[in-house]
Amino acid sequence: MIPELGHFALIIALGITIIQSLVPLWGAARNDAAMIAVARPATYVQLFFVFLSYLALTYAFIVHDFSVAYVSHHSNLLQPLIYRISGVWGSHEGSLLLWALCLSLWSTAVAIYSKHLPDALVARVLSVMGMVSIGFLLFMLITSNPFERRFPAPLDGASLNPLLQDPGLAIHPPMLYMGYVGFSVAFAFAVAALIGGRLDATWARWSRPWTTIAWAFLTLGIALGSWWAYNELGWGGWWFWDPVENASFMPWLVGTALIHSLAVTEKRGVFKSWTVLLAIMAFSLSLLGTFIVRSGVLVSVHAFATDPARGVFILIFLCIVVGGSLALYAWRSDTVSTTGSFKWFSRETALMLNNVVMVTAAIAVFVGTLYPLVVDAFGLGKISVGRPYFDSMFALIGVPLLLLLGFGPTMRWKSDDPARIRNQMQGMLILSLAIGMVLPFMIDGALHIGAGLGLALALWVGITTIVAYIKRARSASKIPLAFTGMTLAHFGVALFVAGVTMVMTYEKEKDLRMEPGQTYEMSGYEFKFLGTRKVQGPNYIADEGRIELYRNGKLINELNPQKRIYNDQNNPMTEAAIDVGFMRDVYSALGEELENGAWSMRLYHKPLIRWIWLGSLFMTIGGVLAISDKRYRRSRVAKRQTEINVQVVPQS
Amino acid sequence: MRAILFIALAFVLAPAYAGPVVTYDFASDEQEALFNKLSNELRCLVCQNQAISDSNADLARDLRDEIYGMLQQGKSEQEIVDFMVARYGDFVLYRPPMKPMTYVLWFGPALALVVGFFVVVRIVRKQRQAAAQEITAEDMERLKALRSEAGRTDKNEGGAG
Amino acid sequence: MTEEIQKKSPLRRLMPLIIFALLVALLWYGLSLNPRLVPSPLIGKPAPEFELPLLNEQGKLTHLDLKGDITLLNVFASWCFACRQEHEAITQLSRQGFRVIGFNYKDEPQDATAWLRQFGNPYYVVAQDLDGRAGIDWGVYGAPETFVIDHNGIVRDKRVGPVDAEYISETLMPLVQQIRSEQT
Repeated sequence: MIPELGHFALIIALGITIIQSLVPLWGAARNDAAMIAVARPATYVQLFFVFLSYLALTYAFIVHDFSVAYVSHHSNLLQPLIYRISGVWGSHEGSLLLWALCLSLWSTAVAIYSKHLPDALVARVLSVMGMVSIGFLLFMLITSNPFERRFPAPLDGASLNPLLQDPGLAIHPPMLYMGYVGFSVAFAFAVAALIGGRLDATWARWSRPWTTIAWAFLTLGIALGSWWAYNELGWGGWWFWDPVENASFMPWLVGTALIHSLAVTEKRGVFKSWTVLLAIMAFSLSLLGTFIVRSGVLVSVHAFATDPARGVFILIFLCIVVGGSLALYAWRSDTVSTTGSFKWFSRETALMLNNVVMVTAAIAVFVGTLYPLVVDAFGLGKISVGRPYFDSMFALIGVPLLLLLGFGPTMRWKSDDPARIRNQMQGMLILSLAIGMVLPFMIDGALHIGAGLGLALALWVGITTIVAYIKRARSASKIPLAFTGMTLAHFGVALFVAGVTMVMTYEKEKDLRMEPGQTYEMSGYEFKFLGTRKVQGPNYIADEGRIELYRNGKLINELNPQKRIYNDQNNPMTEAAIDVGFMRDVYSALGEELENGAWSMRLYHKPLIRWIWLGSLFMTIGGVLAISDKRYRRSRVAKRQTEINVQVVPQS
Repeated sequence: MRAILFIALAFVLAPAYAGPVVTYDFASDEQEALFNKLSNELRCLVCQNQAISDSNADLARDLRDEIYGMLQQGKSEQEIVDFMVARYGDFVLYRPPMKPMTYVLWFGPALALVVGFFVVVRIVRKQRQAAAQEITAEDMERLKALRSEAGRTDKNEGGAG
Repeated sequence: MTEEIQKKSPLRRLMPLIIFALLVALLWYGLSLNPRLVPSPLIGKPAPEFELPLLNEQGKLTHLDLKGDITLLNVFASWCFACRQEHEAITQLSRQGFRVIGFNYKDEPQDATAWLRQFGNPYYVVAQDLDGRAGIDWGVYGAPETFVIDHNGIVRDKRVGPVDAEYISETLMPLVQQIRSEQT
């Protein structure tokens, strides 16, 4: 009964969303206040029904309703409650329902926090978001119904992939989806502005907080995925450049360019076309990611059960949404391009260059991910593009990017003096370079150009960011939250780069065979293997290893890596045991049992690896702080004088 | 169709596990480092989402044994790579080979960076030119205004000066 | 803030849409491709050198034995589920007069013998690759796989996955015809 209600709720939601998409849009075109006023209520009602549907599916999971095919494939009687709840989004159909729910939530947020915006604009924004929702609701109803029943219902279900039974992975998809879907708001604002013919600084100001918070979610989502992979997958890696990982990274890169470009358009009124295009691109890449995960066009470990038929649907959807918006862009974007008057040496130029570098990075990921498909499509055979390619490209792109990051925030708008910048920053640049190049020497006595450069750039960004903050703090006025947010986010980048550089250059890995009682020395640590014992978990049995970790003769921890066999799986899963530290991780994973109680195992020493996620966390918090700035508080904004808008009249 | 479904299901239900841990005795640290590098850069053809260093598949294990054997025989990195490509094609390389077919891949981003840079140059130059013309026009206006004001002042001061 | 009005050419405004259209075309075509399929670099080259013991027989099979006439080298194993699916097709080909040689890949001799006894033995001979070493030289990465080798010992095609009616009629038979015409 409940599943049918859930299914029915989706159908009703679809009906409501069609109204939400068509009526306000038409009303805005005809300036009909009654039709325009439909937008908000329709959005709220849509959320109600989508949420109802989501609850129905969750309920089915919680009560073990195995007559629902989706539940029977991803949950079983022994599965812990939290993983029954998170199992809802564990595979294709349920994840689509999560997408739809996120869309409804964002639409509702826009509906609520837009009272200071012109009603016609809000109508158009909600209408566009509604159209996207229609796509996902149709997708579910036509090809991927989460509520499909199976008869006879099995007595017990399959289990959720044990890899997914982890708290980190439980929260990773929702965060990621809030990010992906959040870019639909910037997208909707851009399209609404194109439709309405007003592409100006005001549009940028309104879009900005939405884009920033979506970006923050996406940053967190990606970081969680990486952190989870490291902790759970047992091979010590934190990023594989897998097509689906890349599919999340591309919108992030473009999204980063977008939030910076929006800043320029808001403050200076320039870059309008770029910004609109970036807004369209960011969400398009989110949708493209959806396509890649579900169509089977690329091989990926993340891919949901792939089905070319589903791929066709998403592709058509992509054509309508992206093709439609780009066609609108071609038709309605400024047939004129407005440019401000900024000098060569100015923050505008720096940010323009930033746009170029970020988009190039996205292009690199895009080309690398799709190249095997291109080669195959032209009948030229099959190639693979993996880590070595992407690492090289990002090493190349990182240099101009990080240099700009140091200079940009200090440069003045419109016009700056090279001599002033040189005086202020020369010292920091030289200092960063010097320390950066010396550090590898201090670590292992060898010259590492790559590591030295990476560390120098990280130092450069870190030092310039802190110095800029201190300077600002010294000036009497109170520091706006947005500035603090920016500082924190940029500092996060420095931490990230430092972490990546150190880990990639200095991590140590050793596969070895250990007998009980044996010790091994690596990177200044001593590992003593004490053997294994059997342990019982809620839905698994495991061999648990006991490894004592010593440093300078002192016992600092006992690591307990496990080899688990889940109740209905045949193949063993590894749980790594990690001694976590601010400056390094010591990581252990069991291999196979050999003779006489000996085991093969893998040990890692990973310097500064936590900085990777710490940096990402700083970026996320920085984003949240930036939108908490007073100027976005509703009452303030409502009282604000309307700025002089630049009205661009399309050439008739 | 069923085959696709079967494979897909096997995919969803068969997790990726910890890297298989095999213990070889290496003649030197350099040899071990080379082994790690090779096995990290060769793709497992069975799972296809992992390097052979991380794959539990039989074939991955066989190929790691093969690499180890070849290293013991003193074969070079390039020889081992050529060996793999001769049998499995370019697909097995995670580092795409540099050949005409992959020039766009390898040089594309660098090219995009350069093109982007020149686009910025062009945009800034255009608007600098426009601004220059604007300033000139503005200056003319100010000059006229100053002149007319100077003229009025002279008249006011009359014959005093 | 001064402004300068500049016209943007229609092409510039259409460029993003054009690029997107190309992308869609690529993805559309990509839906009909199979990204997991790895083509063999051996096609057009001589069969790799090997020397393998035979199953339940004295003697060895070497790459030289593949010359003389068209040979189908069928990689199979008792642990391979899909091999049972294609067994009928393989048997059919054997009955039609093709020289089908079995390549027993990473299997136990007893298991292979039992499997053949249960499902029938269509093979001219069965070579045993116990440790998979020879399989590596052939670029084998799973079972079943089938190689088509011509009278000169050159590998002409590789089928990854079960041989089915579609493969036989659309790929194998035309290829065989072509090889026969080269033989004369």
